[in-house]
Amino acid sequence: MSQRVVIDPVTRIEGHAKISVFLDDDGQVSDAKFHVVEFRGFEKFCEGRPFGEMPGITARICGICPISHILASAKTGDDIFGVQIPPTAEKLRRMMNLGQITQSHALSFFHLSSPDFLLGWDSDPAKRNVFGLIQANPDLARAGIRLRQFGQEVIELLGGRKIHPAWAVPGGVREPLSRENHKYMLDRLPKERETILMTLGLFKNMLDGLKEEVENFGSFRSLYLGLVTRDGAQWEHHDGDLRVVDADGNVLVDALDPRRFNEIIGEAVEPHSYLKSPYYKPMGYPQGMYRVGPLARLNVCTSIGTPLADAELAEFRARGSNGIVQSSFMYHYARLIEILAALERINILLLDPEILSTRVRVHGSVNKLRGVGVSEAPRGTLFHDYEVDENGLIKKANLIIATGNNNIAMNRTVKQIAQHWIKDVPMNGKPQIKEGFLNPVEAGIRCYDPCLSCSTHAVGQMPMHVTMYDAAGNVVDEKVRN
Amino acid sequence: MSFLDMDEFLIDLAEKVEVVYSPVVDPKIYPADVDVAFIEGAIANTDNLELAHKIRKNTKIVVSFGDCAVTANVTGMRNPLGGPNIVLDRAYRDARLLRPQIPHDDDIVPDLVERVCPVHNVIKVDLFIPGCPPSAKRIRKVLEALLAGKPPEMIGQEMLKFG
Repeated sequence: MSQRVVIDPVTRIEGHAKISVFLDDDGQVSDAKFHVVEFRGFEKFCEGRPFGEMPGITARICGICPISHILASAKTGDDIFGVQIPPTAEKLRRMMNLGQITQSHALSFFHLSSPDFLLGWDSDPAKRNVFGLIQANPDLARAGIRLRQFGQEVIELLGGRKIHPAWAVPGGVREPLSRENHKYMLDRLPKERETILMTLGLFKNMLDGLKEEVENFGSFRSLYLGLVTRDGAQWEHHDGDLRVVDADGNVLVDALDPRRFNEIIGEAVEPHSYLKSPYYKPMGYPQGMYRVGPLARLNVCTSIGTPLADAELAEFRARGSNGIVQSSFMYHYARLIEILAALERINILLLDPEILSTRVRVHGSVNKLRGVGVSEAPRGTLFHDYEVDENGLIKKANLIIATGNNNIAMNRTVKQIAQHWIKDVPMNGKPQIKEGFLNPVEAGIRCYDPCLSCSTHAVGQMPMHVTMYDAAGNVVDEKVRN
Repeated sequence: MSFLDMDEFLIDLAEKVEVVYSPVVDPKIYPADVDVAFIEGAIANTDNLELAHKIRKNTKIVVSFGDCAVTANVTGMRNPLGGPNIVLDRAYRDARLLRPQIPHDDDIVPDLVERVCPVHNVIKVDLFIPGCPPSAKRIRKVLEALLAGKPPEMIGQEMLKFG
């Protein structure tokens, strides 16, 4: 009879999840499953609310990538208005999304994942985290923290706050960019570019020593889906069309208006997870497995369109075949390249003569009864799809969350890793698996940088064991008292 | 997430505190004798409920952290609709889905509680920090007070505003 070992909770990810590893009678892994255990009900409780409220409400789905929801929701509102927003508004929205890509990717790399490969998969679990990284490599940790801070500052300088800014609205944005904030960003950029180039160098040097991870962390054939520019199918994160390529680099879907996403994406429900499993309809479920996010975006685009990032892309692709890199471990690498791309693009936008224009919003009313808005969230393609009545009240809302797109692939990944790392588990009594072998299974999920939480429970608890110091820095007590 | 927005203060903090249980560290079991716990989020399912009790039992100071923990906020928006089946039906039994069903794997997927509620409805809370999210500045002020062994002064818009 098969036995189940549960990893609960999966840590160093955003949100709440568990992983089951199933063992057969001989102590070999027969299967593994990834479970998302939170559910909110946004699709239902948004019904009856004005669509203009949706950016503010749906932002609360998540604290890491609220900007993606704000932008996708505002774009859905543009579609319901049936308006073209002012060019500067579009550029500022793009800038905010690039700030978010920077902060979210830096968080994924420095704060969450790098302790695995910088400190070691089986290093002391009590120290294998960002605080352990601060102790072991304070310069790198500080550079990573500052890089993430810059991304958050771009968001704050545009929208007034770092998390959940009430800024992008149907028809544009509420505030233009000030001269002072414009200068601050331009001044900070060179230092942050230096940090990401240094980190890319560090990661590339490490890759040769990580062959086993590259070969076993979600290394399999799949489809890839993402937005590309309408003109030239370059890397895109805000607008553009959908493209799907297969494992050999053949383009299966090209120049598809994102409003037609329903034609190619279906969703299945599994009893073991609150996360639905989207699939590519023409190939059915679960064969229609596709991946989204940094790895997919680099696999679907023709080029990035900025010089430093394109040079990195060429090196990246040399590690794959037919222009396709298929290991999910390479999400980390792709994420670093995307930070570089984001910084280069922020620079281009800041130098744009229109960027300080104060014409950033148009007004409209309900002209269409359905709207679709799409955005490339840091972790993949995000869809908002609303039906409204004549007064603009939501009749039906459907959201395909970026992370969900990777659900089938995440399940395949945990199984592949578990079968490679966990072998011959003694089956007398309750099976015990060494922590150092379970951590790589969790790390397989970290590659995708999933964002599972919602506003309700979100990042969770921060309990602490506190040592007290006096003003002179002397230890007065080891514990906090009321 | 807002916690990480304290940026380089995290480096100072790393010298003064030991983070023993959190989504950003790996230990899976909530330890005994914890000094301070920040609980984020409302009580929305049975896992949340169980963990809240475990935290209370093993912690000296329990902090209700953020608007969802303090008021249930957006998480509680499903309450006026009735029980959880109404939102579950809409999400998982829509006719357009393949294999429509409410996720139910008993050992793994926790049941939703009938009504979402704030943390202090189920356990005693010692301190409330509102905000959606609380700003990094607000969090830092609370931490600095706790590190100094004093109760934080939760006064004025900077420390108390919702949203």
